[in-house]
Amino acid sequence: MDSPAFLLAFLILSGITVTSALLVFVARNLMHALAFLVLSFLGMAGLFMTLSADFIAIAQILIYAGSISVLMVFAVMLTPLASRDNGNSLYVIPALMGGAGIAGLVSLVAIETDWAEHSGDALKAADFERTVPVIGDLLLGRYVLAFEVASVLLFIALLGAILLVQDRDGGDATGEAQ
Amino acid sequence: MSHLPASQSATPMLRQIAERPTVRGALMRAPLPVKVFGALFVLGFLALNAGIAYVVIDGRLDGQWYDVRDLGVGVGALTDWMRDQGVPEVAVYLTSAIVGATGVLSLVGVWLIIGPWLERRAIAKFQVRMGPNRNGPFGLFQSLADAIKLMQKEVIIPRGADKILYFIPPVFIFVPALLGWAVVPWAPEMTYTDLDVGVLFTIAISSLGVLAVFLAGWASNNHYSLLGAMRTVAMMVSYEIPISLSLLSVAMLTSSMRLSEIVAWQSNYNVWMIVILPFAAFAFLFSSTAEINRTPNDIGEAESEIVAGFYTEYSGMKGGLFMAVELGNAILVGALMSTFFLGGYTMFGLETWIPGYLILLTKIMTVYLFFVWLRATLPRFRLDQLMGFAWKFLIPISMVQVFVVAIQASVLARVDAPGVFVLGSFAIINLSMTILLVRLWASRMSVSTIQQATKPILTQVVGGLRAAEQIRKPV
Repeated sequence: MDSPAFLLAFLILSGITVTSALLVFVARNLMHALAFLVLSFLGMAGLFMTLSADFIAIAQILIYAGSISVLMVFAVMLTPLASRDNGNSLYVIPALMGGAGIAGLVSLVAIETDWAEHSGDALKAADFERTVPVIGDLLLGRYVLAFEVASVLLFIALLGAILLVQDRDGGDATGEAQ
Repeated sequence: MSHLPASQSATPMLRQIAERPTVRGALMRAPLPVKVFGALFVLGFLALNAGIAYVVIDGRLDGQWYDVRDLGVGVGALTDWMRDQGVPEVAVYLTSAIVGATGVLSLVGVWLIIGPWLERRAIAKFQVRMGPNRNGPFGLFQSLADAIKLMQKEVIIPRGADKILYFIPPVFIFVPALLGWAVVPWAPEMTYTDLDVGVLFTIAISSLGVLAVFLAGWASNNHYSLLGAMRTVAMMVSYEIPISLSLLSVAMLTSSMRLSEIVAWQSNYNVWMIVILPFAAFAFLFSSTAEINRTPNDIGEAESEIVAGFYTEYSGMKGGLFMAVELGNAILVGALMSTFFLGGYTMFGLETWIPGYLILLTKIMTVYLFFVWLRATLPRFRLDQLMGFAWKFLIPISMVQVFVVAIQASVLARVDAPGVFVLGSFAIINLSMTILLVRLWASRMSVSTIQQATKPILTQVVGGLRAAEQIRKPV
């Protein structure tokens, strides 16, 4: 972070991220909001890239910009009332409260963390030349239980989705009604 | 050919094809100075090859900046020289980045001129037509003329189109087609960025195209566009899973997600991954054709069903960009297929003599011509057939393959036997497992495999193709 190029990249990427995240709320059209959301995901991936966290950056692109956005596209296309404006939301007050809570939590963590032991010379001493083997070791070693629980949860979600949309005894309720 | 009545063609069209100018005929009819110059040129080329062979054997090229076998060495020498001169690090970094990006961009740019011509000529050969042959030598300038025509065309924006989102997809869809080249290794030192997570990077980049396609279909405000977009999105999302599973097998066996290490692994064991993992290679190739919308699987832009699919409403160069990105994606998939399954820039030791990037380019062209072959031969699949093929056939068998490869990878890491025996047994196990699973799955899904190919009945009745030609021939 000592080079001016890093500072420039940080400013550009964080500008893109924050601006498009704001535009998600300002845009009246749901599709425009979705496009801006994807832009903010991409800016976030770039921020991870400047922190040399290449695995997390790629995962951000793969999961958020690639998959979650497609899921949202389908959600918007397949639900009724999707053509209405972005403005008249019912949940303005709870959403504001939730957002303020998350922002407070993140800033609390950021203030409480002792950044001196995670940056500068301490980071150089840790010698993270390649992050991927470290992540792999931790996932299949120390955090293997959490990893397996997450995979079982995803599998159950997959099975549940298949069961929910299953065509029972050949009826004509095939989900085309909406 | 007219003095040989036995081989005279039957129909006027076949005769016209037989009489068209050939390369050999054009060479024979060339004037004497051209022949002399050509002979001198060939001799000079041979002498150049001999000189290269002498320099390579002598070892004078190794690690020098003029080592043409690996352009990355030259760029590395340039950046080292700039650092010695006291140029700031930002400028050094920018220089190497711009040199690499120029290489990638010029490759894709040149390909967008040559590619359409090559594809149209090759398909014309398959269909016994001429193809573009009027514009320049062998019709090579046809693509330039097409590009100029497309740029001059008026861009018509539909009245109901979304004014902002309509302009983004033609540009946005080009980003993955260019970014994907970043991790492809062209020679040991010649990679734009040798990412640790190269395999994951290629999957992530390819998933970005889905959104561009969908936005194009939605912003056009046209039913055909939206239908094509939804088809394409559904298909691309489905076919990402077999691609990921087959690349997972490769990454597990080589125990690396870095593309250069995958190539080095194949070079080290002197084997191509397609021999060890035949089903993964097939799944990758087939799923890629679905992912990049090429003809056996191009239901997103099926001309006979939904006008032009998701880019129906795009005119002029905007539509041209969608067509161009299809070509660019085709050679990108060729590069990835060569890198993962066909040994990349190595060719059993040939890369010592011939520059690795030329070997990789040859492999890319081979895979691309295979795509052209598929396009010229196969009809288009139906949407439900394609989705069923992904979910009921490719994904289950790929899952079984992943489990087997996990066992094999741990065996490979522990057993101390020579690689030939271990990898040979893996290849035999995987091939037999693939055949068994495919037959089992086909019989379980009550689709019988065709034992004897049926022959065309009418032709058989009259006594075969020769007899049919005899009947047609005017006596």
